[in-house]
Amino acid sequence: MALDRWIALIVLLICLAYGYTAFFTMDEGLPPFMRRSPIWPSTFPKVLSVLTGITALLIVIGVEKSDGSIRDGGINYRRLGDYKIGQAAGLLALMVAYALLLRPMGFLLSTSGFLFLSATVLGERKWIRLLVISALASGFVWYLVQVVLGIFLRPLPYILT
Amino acid sequence: MIEGLLLGLGTAFSITNILMVVGGCLIGTFIGMLPGLGPMSIIAIMIPIAITIGDPSAALILLAGVYYGAIFGGSTSSILINAPGVASTVATSFDGYPMARQGKAGKALTVAAIASFCGGTIGAILLMIFAPALASVALLFHSAEYFALMVVGLSAIAAFAGTGQVGKALLMTLLGLIMATVGEGALFNLPRFTMGIMDLQSGFGFITLAMAMFALPEALYLVLDPARSNSGKANEEIKDLRITRAEARAIAPVVGRQSIQGFLIGVLPGAGATIASFLGYAVERNIASKEDQAQFGKGSVKGLAAPESANNAACTGSFVPLLTLGIPGSGTTAILLGALIALNVSPGPRLMIDQPEIFWSVIISMYVGNVILLVLNLPLIPYIAKVLTIPRNYLIPFILFFTLMGAYIGQNNATELLILVGFGICATVLRFADYPLAPLLIGFILGRMLEDNFSRSMQLYDGLRFVLERPMTMGLLALAVLLVALPSYRARRARLRSQGIASGD
Repeated sequence: MALDRWIALIVLLICLAYGYTAFFTMDEGLPPFMRRSPIWPSTFPKVLSVLTGITALLIVIGVEKSDGSIRDGGINYRRLGDYKIGQAAGLLALMVAYALLLRPMGFLLSTSGFLFLSATVLGERKWIRLLVISALASGFVWYLVQVVLGIFLRPLPYILT
Repeated sequence: MIEGLLLGLGTAFSITNILMVVGGCLIGTFIGMLPGLGPMSIIAIMIPIAITIGDPSAALILLAGVYYGAIFGGSTSSILINAPGVASTVATSFDGYPMARQGKAGKALTVAAIASFCGGTIGAILLMIFAPALASVALLFHSAEYFALMVVGLSAIAAFAGTGQVGKALLMTLLGLIMATVGEGALFNLPRFTMGIMDLQSGFGFITLAMAMFALPEALYLVLDPARSNSGKANEEIKDLRITRAEARAIAPVVGRQSIQGFLIGVLPGAGATIASFLGYAVERNIASKEDQAQFGKGSVKGLAAPESANNAACTGSFVPLLTLGIPGSGTTAILLGALIALNVSPGPRLMIDQPEIFWSVIISMYVGNVILLVLNLPLIPYIAKVLTIPRNYLIPFILFFTLMGAYIGQNNATELLILVGFGICATVLRFADYPLAPLLIGFILGRMLEDNFSRSMQLYDGLRFVLERPMTMGLLALAVLLVALPSYRARRARLRSQGIASGD
C-alpha cells in the first residue's frame, strides 16, 4: 500500500475517534436550554466527521489513484536512506531541545547553542567563526524582539535572574 | 472611487507606510531569492512583526510588499540559477535561464521586472474596478449565502488541485476544518476536543500551523536533499540591463494580454499564480508566429514576459475575494487573512464601508510596491543576488530559528514550539505522499467562519430549511458539489478509458 493510502487510513482512524466524540460523548453535559436550539456544539463536527470519513475511505480503497510518480523536485520516500535523514533527525531533536530549554536557559544561551549545534550537525567545522556568528545573531535578535518590538524574552538563565 | 483613491493616497503616503513598502519589498526579494522559501513561509515569518506594528493598514502594506518582493525574488533565482524559489516562477525559468546562459542575464531580469511591473499595475487597476462592484453585490448576502460561498471556495480549491489529487485536496481541507473545531468556539463558549489539555483551550495557533505547514517542511527538504539549495551557479556577471525598442514592442501585447488573463485566473479561488503563469506561457506559445514559437524555451523574451506578467497579475487578483468576501483563494491570502483577523480587521464587503482607508491604502501600496520593485530592486539585483552565496550550513539553522521564533513570539508559549515541530513532521510526511498542504491551512482559517455562518443560518431558519428557502444558497451549494464531482468523475473516466485501450492491445 502506498504512503498516501496509509495516511488516509490514519486520518480515517483520527476521524473515527473525532466522530465518536461528536456523536456520543460531547452532548452529555449540554444544558437543557441549549438542547432546544436547532444547532448544538456537536452539529458541525458531526457533519465534518461523516464527510471526512467518506473521503478518507475513498482514498484508502483507491477510487482515485494518483500515478504514483515523484513530481519534479519531490523526494522519493521509498529511498529515504539516500537523503540526509540523519541530519534532518538531528535538527528536529535540536528544535525539541530548544523548545524545552528556551525558558530555563534563557534566550541568549539557548539560541546561540541552537545555531552553533545545528550548523555543526550540518557539517560546519570552522568553530570560531561559527561561535562568533551565533553569538552576534542571538544578541541582535534579542535586541530586536525585546527592545524594538517590545516582547519580553528572558535573556539569561533562570538561576541568574 | 476618486475619494477612495485620495483616502488611500493620504494613508499610503505617510512616512511609516512608505518605509513599510520599501522594507517589505526588500525583505521579500532577499528571502524570496533563497531556494526553497516561498512567499507563504516568508509571510508567516513576518506576521508576528506585522502584528506588533499594531496599525492594520501599515501591517497589511508591509505583508503585501513582502508578497510582491518574494515573487520578484523567486523569478530572479529562476533566471539566474534555474532554481525557482516559488512554484509560480517555474515557468519563468523556461526562457529566463536560457537567456542567462547566453550571457543576457541582465536583459532577462529587466524583461521580468518590466513584465511584473505591468502585470502588477494592470492587476491593481482591475482590482480597483472589480472589488467595489463585487463588494456591493456581497452586501446583499446573508449568512446562509456566506456559508454556501465558503463551501464553493473550499471545493474550488480541491477541484483545481489537478488530476488524481481531488480526493487528497478535499481530505486536507476537511482535516483543516476539523482542526479549526478544536478549542472554544465563539458561538457556544464550550471547550471542544481539547482532551483536557489547557494549552488547546484557545485552539491551535494559526501562525504555528502556517509555519509547520510551509516553512518547516521547506527547510527539512533543503536538509534532506542538498542539491535543492545549489542546483546551479550564478557565475556570470549581471550587466547590461537595457532592452531594445524592438524587444519592448514584441513584449507589449504579450504583457497586456497576460495581465488581464492572469488577473482573472487569480480571482478564482484555488487557481492562483502558479496556474496563471503556466497557462500564460502555454497560451502565448500557441498564438505566437512560427519563428517566434521556435524561440520558446531557448530564450524568448515573449516566453519570459508571459508568465511574469501573468503571475503578478494573478497575485493581485487573489486579493479580490480576500478583500471583498473575506474568503481567501490561495495559501498566501489565507495567511494574510489570518494576520488581518489577528489585527482585529474582518475583511469582507463591510471593509470598504467601515475601514475604507485599509482597502484603499492596500491598493495604493500595490502601485508603490510595483514602482519600488522596478526602480529600487532592479538596479540592486547584482548585490542582492549575493545572498545566493550564503553557505547552506549557515542558511538552514537560521531558517529553522526564524521559524521557531515566529511561532514563539506570536504566543509567548514554549508548548507552541513542540506543537510546531510535531505538525512540521506530519506536514513533511504529507508532502512525501504528495498531499497538498495549502487546502489544510485555508480550511483551518475558514473553519470557524464557516461554522459561525452555518450555525447562524440554522438558528434563523430553525434547521436546514435555509437551503431550500434561499435559491442562491441552493445554487451555490449545487455548484460546490459539481466542482468536486466533475473533475474526479472525468479523471476516473479517463483512467478507465486508458485501461480499456491497454487491455485491447
